[in-house]
Amino acid sequence: MYDVEKIRKDFPMIVNHPELIYFDNGATTYKPQCVIDALTGFYNDYTSNVERGEYATAIRADQAYARTRDVIAKMIHCETKEIVFLSNITAVLNQIAYGLSKNLKKDDTILISYAEHASNVLPWFRLKKELGVNIRYIPLDKEGNVILDELEKIFDDSVKIVSLAYVTNVLGSIQPIKEMTEIAHRHNALVAVDAAQAIGHLKIDVRDLDVDFLGFSSHKMCGPDGVGVLYGKYELLQKMEPIFLGGGMNARFDIDGNVILKDAPERFEAGTPHIEGVIGLTAAAEYLMNIGLDHIHAYENELRAYLIQKMLPLDNIEIYNPNNPSGPVSFNVKEVFAQDAASYLSTRNICVRSGNHCAKILHNLIGVDQSIRASLYLYNTKEEIDRFVEEVSKITLEETISIFL
Amino acid sequence: MASIKDYFNDQNLMRELLLDHYKYPHNHGLLENDKYLSKRMASASCIDDITVQLDVEDDVIKDIRFDGVACTISTASTSIMSDLLIGKKVEEAEEIIRNYLNMIDNKDYDPEILEEANVFQNVYKQANRIKCATIGWDAVEEMLKESGKEDD
Repeated sequence: MYDVEKIRKDFPMIVNHPELIYFDNGATTYKPQCVIDALTGFYNDYTSNVERGEYATAIRADQAYARTRDVIAKMIHCETKEIVFLSNITAVLNQIAYGLSKNLKKDDTILISYAEHASNVLPWFRLKKELGVNIRYIPLDKEGNVILDELEKIFDDSVKIVSLAYVTNVLGSIQPIKEMTEIAHRHNALVAVDAAQAIGHLKIDVRDLDVDFLGFSSHKMCGPDGVGVLYGKYELLQKMEPIFLGGGMNARFDIDGNVILKDAPERFEAGTPHIEGVIGLTAAAEYLMNIGLDHIHAYENELRAYLIQKMLPLDNIEIYNPNNPSGPVSFNVKEVFAQDAASYLSTRNICVRSGNHCAKILHNLIGVDQSIRASLYLYNTKEEIDRFVEEVSKITLEETISIFL
Repeated sequence: MASIKDYFNDQNLMRELLLDHYKYPHNHGLLENDKYLSKRMASASCIDDITVQLDVEDDVIKDIRFDGVACTISTASTSIMSDLLIGKKVEEAEEIIRNYLNMIDNKDYDPEILEEANVFQNVYKQANRIKCATIGWDAVEEMLKESGKEDD
């Protein structure tokens, strides 16, 4: 049985701040005590660099760092050597775009969508500018879901890459990645997936999806900040050029500039990595897997349905994605600027995000620039939703102005 | 005699004033006229995106116009600023701006010269919104600095 009260006790931010309602999980998530203990354990008992030392604490750090690759590989169903640690999903998407750019030429096409986060748009825009590739947008319905029936039509021989969010960050659409990948592969295009909003919220099986690359950030799955994970099919990683060159990623070099790089995954991890962050990610992944990602997903969907059911009758708001089963709820209070509504909620100890959520081309789909985003996670409760909806129902232009007086 | 501070302690009056400037901003809408300096404030945050136009003639601010995507506070503060600065000498305007920015920063300032802009005296309490209250003012301050340089 899913015991949310027990789960809440694992999170010091919840225990220490019972007054706060944290509905900004799309931005980052709270950390359970076991993740914090993993970080302090490294600092207190075995601080050392990795892949360098011959002494006991360094070997312990090496083992703990390496174990995260095993745990994440198990979590997303791939081989250990297919897991690369970078600094966040942004770094992952930049690495993918940079690496793949070496095989692109003018008039090749990259498919993205209006619902993508800046990190899955701007690296591709740079290739458009520098190489003259085309950016084409995958057809979406009004809640941001890929329209599979129309997808095939936008493929032609020029399409080389499809790069898409698994779960979009404003509308929460769960994209049909498996079906899309099947279509892309039939047209000899590679598929990269931004799983930042999917990881820790649902089960991901990269083998079953058959995607070529997939990435996410640790901090959105209860892990430490500063760690991103890149999954890539091994033969593709082996062919890909790393963005960063330096220590730890080369096997040997000489005065004539001859360089032999290490194999993936080390090839992509130049310099001292965020060792304690990677170690903390193990604790986060094991914590979530112990609860069960299917259980988390089901509970979150139940919460979201409850939130939508409570919000729909409010006549002072407009919801942009009431029908999506998962993900954040994006809405506006009529006649109130999103940021003003979020500031009002903050005075009521409610944490939500407002603005364009780094999805600056999404307005082409939903017709508004700004929205308020309430994003739930495994530790949120129906009682919090009740309090949230009550406060949202009170928001008026007059009330939002009052907080500044 | 009641000081200007007393007036701006009346919550209802202040709320009305802000609402009015938000719903019906003064000097709103840009003009196509080459004599205006123009500044787009789009890089400071990814939310507010306003453009402010300024006409300075013979060391006097003749006109200010603005438009763009903006929250209540940035709209109202820019509207109130335009009323306050139009007709002022550049030197006076700079003094008003200096005092306003001090107020927003919770530092010492002279409430007498800020008139309606006193309505923003408590914005500093919403730390993440301070930029909203200064975006239009920063635009005019920057344009005054730039135009001053050209005259030298």
